[in-house]
This record gives sequence, C-alpha cells and structure tokens, in this order.
Amino acid sequence: MQMIDEFLEKAPCLRLNEELATRLLTTALREEVNKAGFDKVIVGLSGGIDSALSLYLCVEALGPENVVAVRMPYRTSSPESLEDAQLVIDDTGVEALTVDITPQIDAYFERMPDASPLRKGNKMARERMTILYDLSAQYDALVIGTSNRTELLLGYGTQYGDSASAINPLGDLYKTQVRQLSAYLGVPEPIITKPPSADLWEDQTDEGELGFNYFDVDRLLYYMIDKHYTLDQLHALQFDDAFIQEVSKRIIRNQYKRTMPVILKVSKRTVGVDFRYLRDWGL
Amino acid sequence: MKVGLAQIRPRLGRVDSNVELHEEMIRRAQEEQVDLLVFPELSLTGYNLLDLTYEMARDPFSPEIQGLIQLAGDMDLVFGFVEHSPEHILYNSAAYISAGNLHYLHRKIYLPTYGMFDEGRYFGKGEVIRSFPTRFGQAGLLICEDVWHSSSSYILTQDGAQILVVISNAPASGVGGPKLGAQDTWDTLLKNQAMLNGSYVLYCNRVGTEDGITFFGGSQVIDPFGEIEARADLFHEDLLVVDLDLDKVRKARFQTPVLRDENLDLTIRELSRIRRKRAGEGS
Repeated sequence: MQMIDEFLEKAPCLRLNEELATRLLTTALREEVNKAGFDKVIVGLSGGIDSALSLYLCVEALGPENVVAVRMPYRTSSPESLEDAQLVIDDTGVEALTVDITPQIDAYFERMPDASPLRKGNKMARERMTILYDLSAQYDALVIGTSNRTELLLGYGTQYGDSASAINPLGDLYKTQVRQLSAYLGVPEPIITKPPSADLWEDQTDEGELGFNYFDVDRLLYYMIDKHYTLDQLHALQFDDAFIQEVSKRIIRNQYKRTMPVILKVSKRTVGVDFRYLRDWGL
Repeated sequence: MKVGLAQIRPRLGRVDSNVELHEEMIRRAQEEQVDLLVFPELSLTGYNLLDLTYEMARDPFSPEIQGLIQLAGDMDLVFGFVEHSPEHILYNSAAYISAGNLHYLHRKIYLPTYGMFDEGRYFGKGEVIRSFPTRFGQAGLLICEDVWHSSSSYILTQDGAQILVVISNAPASGVGGPKLGAQDTWDTLLKNQAMLNGSYVLYCNRVGTEDGITFFGGSQVIDPFGEIEARADLFHEDLLVVDLDLDKVRKARFQTPVLRDENLDLTIRELSRIRRKRAGEGS
C-alpha cells in the first residue's frame, strides 16, 4: 500500500517484520486467552483500523469460530463506519451482532442537555465497554482491547471506556505499525486509508483533534521513548520545539489513564504496592 | 554424548504441574537414550514470580526435587528452581543431578534488576563460579544474565570447563529485523562465548507467556567453533536431542589455542590493580 510504503521509507525505524510480529502476537494472544480458561474472545468493532486489526489478530490466533464482533453505533455515527465494520465481518466470517446504544445514551443525556461533546463521547465509550463486558459473560468470551501504543502514550482514549480490556494485542504497536500490520493481515483497504476518527461528531478526525499527525508523533515517540533521545538530539532530528513540548505534556498529564487507581496505604501489604502478583498467577 | 534440551512452558507458581512437565520430558528423553537432559531457568516455578517467590522456594532435598532425581535414574539432569537456603535466603538456582545425587548447585550470580526485570528484589546473589566434573568432562553452569558477564564463562573455562550449560528465561522483543531481536542478541553472545572459550554451549530457554511477556525458546547447541549444531523452534515446546562430538573441543583448541595462551597472572594482576584503584588505594 503506497501510503504505508511511503511512511516506512521515511521512518524505517518503525518498520515491523510482519510475519514475525504476527507470530509473536498470535502465539501470546492464544496462550493468554486459553490459560485464563477461555476459548472465545469478543471485540468491539468500530469500523476503524485498530479494532479491525485486533479482530484479524484474534482470528489468526483462535479461528473465526472463536471470535465475536460487536458493532455499537450511536445515531450520529457515520454509516460508513458500520459498512466498514461489515467488510471486516464478511471477510473474516466471524459471528457478529449490532447493539444500537442510542436509547440509553439519549435517555441519560435528556436530563443533561448541556453536556459537552467530550462528556458524551466518554459516556458512549463507557457504554460500549459495559456492553462488551456483559456480552463477554453471555458468550463466555474474553474482551480483547483495541488501544494502540500511540493512543496509550498520548492518553487519547477514555479511561474505563475503550481502554478497558482483558488482553490488548495492540498496546505495544505504534499507529504506523498498526497500519503496516493491518495491510499485511488483509484488513480491507478503505479502513486503512481513511483518516482515523473516534466518530463522535461529523468530520471529527483524531489528527484534527490532536493537532498533529500520527506518523510524525510515532517518529517522535520512537526517539523519545524507545531510544532515550535528549531534547538536543530531538532538535537535531528537526522535531519542532512546541511539538516536543506538547507531546511530552500529554504523556505526563495522562499517566493516570495508564495506571490502576491509587490506593492509600495503611497495611503492610497493599494491593499493587507490596502485594505483587501477575495476572497469570497459577495459570 | 547425547544431550536433550527440554524447551518447556512452565506454569507460573505451579510446582505440581511443572513437576509433571519435567517427568514427561524425562520419560521422553529416556526413550531417546539421552545422557544429559537440560531444563530452562526456574523450570519448576515459572519466571516472574514476584511475591510468589516465597511460596515457591524449596530446599534441594524437598520431596518434589527428590522425586525428579529418582526418576532421572542414570540420566544426568539440569533444572532450575527457587532455592530456600538454611539462612532463609532465596536463590535463583540450577541443580546438576547425576547418579541419583545432587552433584552441583549453581546460584545465579547476576540478578537483572532493570527494565522488566526485578530479580534483585527477591533473590540473594550467588557468590561462586566453579566448574565441576561430570562423566562427560568438566562442565559449568550459568543462569541467563550470568552469561552476559564475560567473566563468568572466562572463569569457568579457566577452571577447566569444556561444556557450558546455560539455562535462561529470555523474553522476546524486537520485531523490526529479519530475526527476532532478542534471539539475534543471544545468538551473538553465545556464539562468542563458545568460540572465545573453545567450549560447547548448551543453551536451554523456555517458551510460553506470562502477563504478555513471551519467552522465545530457540534452545540450541553451539559447538566450540561457534557454529550452531542444532536449534529448537521459536515459541513452541520441544525436546531437542543432539549428539555432541566432544572431540571438537580438542580440535577447536588445537586450531586456535587462545586458552593455552591466556595469561591468567596478567589478568589477575591487572584486575587487582583496578580493584585497588577503585578502593582509592593508589593507581
């Protein structure tokens, strides 16, 4: 795909060995699902690239018969999103269902007509989360996450909303790498090339809202985080000062979204502090 | 001499089922007439134990370990466990079993406590690096990070070792290149140690995933020329059986007699000088 080739040409540091990355991710995903006692997984499918890739990885790891896709549109969601999600469902052959979240969202905000778009967006993200966790019990399927590494670092997501899952196969992939892997795994092209959007209002795009594009920020994050570059070294790579500052601030400001709730210590063995066990305890 | 590398997938904090995994591999290896069967680091417990370390600790005369020793019969065995010392210090240890006895015990010297590793928080540091005789020749045991310090294999081979047994729990990372980055690094490291010390390297790494961290496997036998003789697959459980040609040690050391020419006195003199300098005792 030309767009992706151009990105990777300009930033070879972001390039993945697709076969190896897929093998590692699907091996780990299969094991983490199975040893938690599950055969099946459930994924919220928005029509965007992240949830599409997450679903394709699940299908690779577990087979289409073990993957459930859920579309959860709101009345203002764009019809293209629903159609793009359908492309994925048709291509992979997974079981799919659609739950319209309009009634409960509208019922709630009827009492708060002045709620900002941000509040509405967050509420919708959390509504979708509760639906996935509810259906998780019905289908006996683990909820699989769709937040990529760029989003996690920038804090561009809703805490306990789209950020909630049992296992997140995308959390260590930058958006540019999500694009590359999506092309490799056969995610339909329109989903890869359209501008990423949370689809909360008309013409909303991630990059419009963030004020920079994913490719630039992925490059910056790579040098800042993976390579420990100093400010001077980042300048030498022609990154703009204001851009560096803005991204650093975002990362710091949103640390709370990447952690469990803070517990006020009283005992000698506080959960998460000095009571330390992996999730995979005994598995 | 027939070596078996048991590339297993231990369960985290489940000595009972890990003992079963060991028993199964011991029986398979016996069918293949293996002389020395090697398991990975912490093979009886799993890796990232955190607070489970306390519960997993066993003294070498515990019934589980004695059971394995009995089962091994006349086959030699290397495995990893959390050792509970009489002083109540826990060590990341490796046992060498021969003829129904605990023949040698190595306590991990270098405990990685950086990045994703936290071993220094739970384990005491080993203080001894010694080679020991086996019925196949003089051998040495190293655990994972130990081999990242070139002094370790240097000491062992100066002490007579011709076979270096390296057991690890090495995690997978780096999917940008043609090979898995972590595996590539380990290959370079182990080949170097084999070649520079004119010794066989028997490397056993685990597979499986703990909280998203996948151990890559790729257990291998490297001959004293630094050539890979055989290698297990990435990510999959395996029993790799290899016939060693121990005469290769003679050939390698005849061809490149670096061991003969090594100046131990000079090394000790210079290291002593450096130690004095660091202690502020002149130059």
